[in-house]
Amino acid sequence: MDQLRRAFLKSTGMAGVVVVAIGSGLLKSGEVLAATWNKLAFTSSNLADAMKNANYGGATESKDIVITVPDIAENGASVPVEVTSNIPGTTSIAIFVEKNITPLAADFEFSNDAVPYIYTFIKMGQTSQVRIAVRAGGKAYTLSKEVKVTIGGCGG
Amino acid sequence: MSMNRREFMQVLAVASAAGFALNSRHALSAGNARNFYDLPSFGNVSLLHFTDCHAQLQPIYFREPNVNIGLGESLNRPPHLVGERLLKSFGIRPGTIDAHAFTSLDFDKAARTYGKVGGFAHLSTLVKKIRASRPGALLLDGGDTWQGSATALWTKGQDMVDACKLLGVDVMTGHWEFTLGAERVQQIIDNDFKGKLDFVAQNIKTNDFGDPVFPHYVIRPINGIPVAIIGQAFPYTPIANPRHMIPDWSFGIQDDHMQKVVGEARAKGAQVVVVLSHNGMDVDLKMAARVSGIDAIMGGHTHDGIPAPSIVKNPGGQTLVTNAGSNGKFLGVLDLDVKGGKVTGFKYKLLPVFANLIEPDAEMAALIKKVRAPYEAKLAEKLAVTEGTLYRRGNFNGTFDQLILDALMEVKGADAAFSPGFRWGTSLLSGQTITLEHLMDQTAITYPQTTLTEMTGATIKDIMEDVCDNLFNPDPYKQQGGDMVRVGGIGYTCDLRQGMGKRINNMMLKGKPLDPNKKYKVAGWAPVAEGATGEPVWDVVAGYLRDKKVITPRKLNLPKLIGIKGNDGIA
Repeated sequence: MDQLRRAFLKSTGMAGVVVVAIGSGLLKSGEVLAATWNKLAFTSSNLADAMKNANYGGATESKDIVITVPDIAENGASVPVEVTSNIPGTTSIAIFVEKNITPLAADFEFSNDAVPYIYTFIKMGQTSQVRIAVRAGGKAYTLSKEVKVTIGGCGG
Repeated sequence: MSMNRREFMQVLAVASAAGFALNSRHALSAGNARNFYDLPSFGNVSLLHFTDCHAQLQPIYFREPNVNIGLGESLNRPPHLVGERLLKSFGIRPGTIDAHAFTSLDFDKAARTYGKVGGFAHLSTLVKKIRASRPGALLLDGGDTWQGSATALWTKGQDMVDACKLLGVDVMTGHWEFTLGAERVQQIIDNDFKGKLDFVAQNIKTNDFGDPVFPHYVIRPINGIPVAIIGQAFPYTPIANPRHMIPDWSFGIQDDHMQKVVGEARAKGAQVVVVLSHNGMDVDLKMAARVSGIDAIMGGHTHDGIPAPSIVKNPGGQTLVTNAGSNGKFLGVLDLDVKGGKVTGFKYKLLPVFANLIEPDAEMAALIKKVRAPYEAKLAEKLAVTEGTLYRRGNFNGTFDQLILDALMEVKGADAAFSPGFRWGTSLLSGQTITLEHLMDQTAITYPQTTLTEMTGATIKDIMEDVCDNLFNPDPYKQQGGDMVRVGGIGYTCDLRQGMGKRINNMMLKGKPLDPNKKYKVAGWAPVAEGATGEPVWDVVAGYLRDKKVITPRKLNLPKLIGIKGNDGIA
């Protein structure tokens, strides 16, 4: 079963997954995404500016954000990030990597009461806090977790 | 030199008469020597545990570290105690056979007195003896079993697979096993182990869908009581070892998932839950505090031979953490008393395996002889004689590491050299002949290429800072469990009070400060990147040894440590 699923995806390409998500109305369509591309936020070169420009300025700490990231990245070029927001009325979840040249890595908007859950991969240049920001009911919330990036080798 | 038991007892008697510090009541007479392994049974569920044997089928010498520094929460607590501090903490009398087993005190002399340790034929006899008084006891192998010797490398782990099956291993997990490549690991599990031995790991999943690669756990009845053994493979295998050998698997600590698996095992009726771990002891201790419902974590990876369990409190009660040393030197015996579906009492003993005190098991001895036969002549090649003791363990350097560094720098014409902070590798006594087998004990890996790289002083510092943080990061979950990279040719200070990027200072090369902008030639080995070429490290070092013939005592290149006052992890 798993092997079949794996073979199917390899032949069709991972894009298929995204199409399904958009098709079922969980994510806004590509056209809308393009229209709301926030160039200012994605090119901001420090965390405070990036958060402000992405409309998460003044976010308060919240333990209702559940972040699953590795303690040490297996590959800095592809670090898995899993986030669930347990804050009622969540409309968006963004990922910031404090030490990246441009900290904002991704910003997901939810509509039609989609479950505020994301699982994605980000790039990290060095050990850094991975800061998650959430908008819910017009307010901004945040929580962060450190991910270590190491050159590897020399273990055991 | 190998002695039979009678000769050994005579030596002990002479040594004792000559005033050697042999206070052990066990070691003083042949009659008592027999009692050394009499371990009264306790309770109704027993687990035997060895770990990190690193493919040592034959008895060997193994020196424990005299530097094993713990900082922050790990300061002056097991496993970060060495020498007399360790003896005092566990109530072991100095000058005894146990003191020799657990510390490096007076190593060379004591090793001559008490002889070699480990060996699968001796371990096999001991396992049979302990099992005889403990019905249904399981034998657990914590991994790092298929790597560490020439024969394991040359047979792709087959010698160890066959030996472990004969030894009667029931459940195992892994780390260095994965450096044989994912395909070979699965071939062994699907064929050799099928229906005989369970390979478990809750923290390995596929990169794409997060599907499990191995069963997370197995429930086996011991004396009629269902016991779950959950596997925890080395969480940082794809980082510490070549990623390309296991390209499709993701690891990590994953204690949330561990908690789910514990719950699942309990729901299926397990009355005892044991984690067979390759986390490393500091990670085990943190995990024990965060995850509830585990009765014992039986761990390895950091090669800590700890005489008594650490008892860790957590929201669900308490968890025992044991770590059972390395190189086949120890067998851990955990006896649990289970009443009304709960563990109500325990006894633990970490038995040192002294080859002179145990008759080798004939069947295992025959298997070892058979697997070694095709390689025996090659392994016995005499390369040089060492005037000093050669060993590897220690946070910053070991004499055999220094020998490798010296060889790399001379043969490659390098300004400096790096050698990985591996914790495996056997020890040699002063005056001993270094054979090719001994050299392979230090170097037998599937990525043995040597390299010569031009690096700026700044890059050299970055590498050293990075590895140092893997050792001393205040969060055990951000450590990788090896030792500091061994550095040849560069003096430095290491400030243990500082964080990442600020520990390594005052770097000096040939009497001059290291220039951050200047390029230096740095030799190394064991590259984790794919496609590396270069002469295998054993060929480089063997050539050096044949050329030198006599190896003078090595001068260890050690950093000056800052912030070490009051630390019981250094002797």
